[in-house]
Amino acid sequence: MDFDIPRIPLGDWIEGGLDFLTTEFSGVTRAISRGTQTGINLLNDGLMWLPEWALIAVVVLLCWKVSGRRLAIGALIGLALIWNLGLWNPMIQTLTLVVIATLVAIVIALPLGILAAVSDRFYKVIMPILDFMQTMPAFVYLIPAIPFFGIGSVSGIFATVIFSMPPAIRFTTLGIRQVPKDLIEAADAYGSTRSQKLIKVQLPLSLPTLMGGINQTIMLALSMVVIAAMIGANGLGSEVWRAIQRLRPGEGFEAGIAVVIMAMLLDRLTQSLSGGKKTK
Amino acid sequence: MTDTQQTKIQVRNLSKVFGDDTKKALKLRDEGLNRAQILEKTGQTLGLSNINFDVREGELLVIMGLSGSGKSTLIRCLNRLIEPTEGDIIIGGENIPQLSDKALLHCRRRHFSMVFQNFALFPHRTVQMNAEYGLEIRGIDKAERAEKARNSLKQVGLEGWEDAYPNQLSGGMQQRVGLARALANDSSVLLMDEAFSALDPLIRRDMQQELIELQHRMKKTTIFITHDLDEALNIGDRIILLRDGEIVQIGTPEEVLTRPADDYVARFTEGVDRSRVVTARRVMRPVRATARHDDGPRTVLRKMSENALDSIYVVDRERKLLGILEADSLDEAAKAGKDSIQELLVTDFPRIGPDEPLATLYPMFQGKSIPVAVIDDQQRLLGVVVKGAVLEQLAQTGEE
Repeated sequence: MDFDIPRIPLGDWIEGGLDFLTTEFSGVTRAISRGTQTGINLLNDGLMWLPEWALIAVVVLLCWKVSGRRLAIGALIGLALIWNLGLWNPMIQTLTLVVIATLVAIVIALPLGILAAVSDRFYKVIMPILDFMQTMPAFVYLIPAIPFFGIGSVSGIFATVIFSMPPAIRFTTLGIRQVPKDLIEAADAYGSTRSQKLIKVQLPLSLPTLMGGINQTIMLALSMVVIAAMIGANGLGSEVWRAIQRLRPGEGFEAGIAVVIMAMLLDRLTQSLSGGKKTK
Repeated sequence: MTDTQQTKIQVRNLSKVFGDDTKKALKLRDEGLNRAQILEKTGQTLGLSNINFDVREGELLVIMGLSGSGKSTLIRCLNRLIEPTEGDIIIGGENIPQLSDKALLHCRRRHFSMVFQNFALFPHRTVQMNAEYGLEIRGIDKAERAEKARNSLKQVGLEGWEDAYPNQLSGGMQQRVGLARALANDSSVLLMDEAFSALDPLIRRDMQQELIELQHRMKKTTIFITHDLDEALNIGDRIILLRDGEIVQIGTPEEVLTRPADDYVARFTEGVDRSRVVTARRVMRPVRATARHDDGPRTVLRKMSENALDSIYVVDRERKLLGILEADSLDEAAKAGKDSIQELLVTDFPRIGPDEPLATLYPMFQGKSIPVAVIDDQQRLLGVVVKGAVLEQLAQTGEE
């Protein structure tokens, strides 16, 4: 190339912006960090306090209640295997991160999703942002997480929330927009206020779709929590990461299989929860 | 209807343009262009143009027109589910198009209940909770709204179905829930948007009848939209005929039939010599009770007394009609201790196909009061026609 076009310093700009955020809002990020860490510790300690067999019993019962015998048996075998492989503690750590990341994601996603369903303008603004969030390679989120929250699980949760939130927003919006027009008309004709319409008609009717979104969010959160091991998030991911560094394929697969078992359990459980609501 | 009735709603110069340059469209209309020309010139649809009418207190007003005539738009303008472009709608001293959002909310709650073509029941709520909806959003306390909803469900004959969900009910029953939801609300005007159009003809007929009875009992001001002239003639105190967004005639059913305002109306009504147009299927009622060929005389007698019948039709397992039994002969047989009803069967009884017109039906009643059986071509019993129903239909020709 002979043309002397200066390279656009896009990366510099972004770094500048991130630096600005980290220095100006360090108080905020530190508070968030502390709060999140407390939450992680509490949940983790709580789950660890239960003896392994007790937690397995609880999960198996839950599976049986919500879904049926097949899932219950699957849960029993799967969890027992994880225990046997000595991956119980990392599994609990991963579960903790998934639960907290999912909760945070839902708390942020629900109002945004509702807003996007009600306001066309907001819908037009947020949809490209969601596309951006979902197509950006997941690893990239890990980098700014470190200056914000330092190495560790909080950074992992931050990246996970960003990565796993879009489907919850999308499905909430979709669910609300899918409510048949004549039902909206009926709600209006009887003089419902906006919030009455939302609470009594739109949200209950979008519940199945909404649960589908939450299911997606959980799945994405699980995959991201594993990747977040690269920036020091504890759990099954760090087992895999260690296996890579020491070139031990056997250990890597063991941890990988534990992730698969978790994924299947979480997926089936949330799916039966939403399915159960629908048939009622 | 008498002229002393009070006016409930006044609609004046109501117009609706669908599009974004409504002023231009209305200006062209005032210059005398018609709907098609305006659409061609501006790309805007003149949905309603210069509508004027009064709704009287306690009347059942039918707005009738073919699809695209603007009738759905009109009813939705009344409670502003669709925003009117210009004009006044005055109810209880308020001009609806000018109300603020908050005032509109109150106006809808106080004045309008709506029944929809496709029922629009809330699928996640029970029948009872559907009926309570209007009261619930008004903040009426639990006990009161439960009571009112139960009453209105009773009125539409849905007692005992309170805990069912809408998808467990048939179409006719679902629309009863829709009606109960509207009645429970105790608003001053009932809006019914093609409320019976999605129902099959027999059920539809029943619902019309029930609506008439209900409406006469409660004196509820009702505006009923339909595309079906028979329905309009059957239930309306007055009829407004709509074409291309304009009113072509306002009048009683008799006036519409006998003095059509123009060719359009005349085309609608021509050939509505009801005795030739209306078929047995339309006037037939479901059979209240039938006897089975293997029933004993006492069983049959009990069935008859339970349903207050003098005679009863006997069918076999496939509902094929075998004959008719009279109470007197049954009584004798029972006293004589006979077990079978076979020899008591009268096989010479009036019967007719479902598509026969009333003109054929009427002479069958001469001197007899037995209901005429309506049977299909497999001899299955579909329903019965009683004399009163035929007379009622014929009376509606309105020989003034």
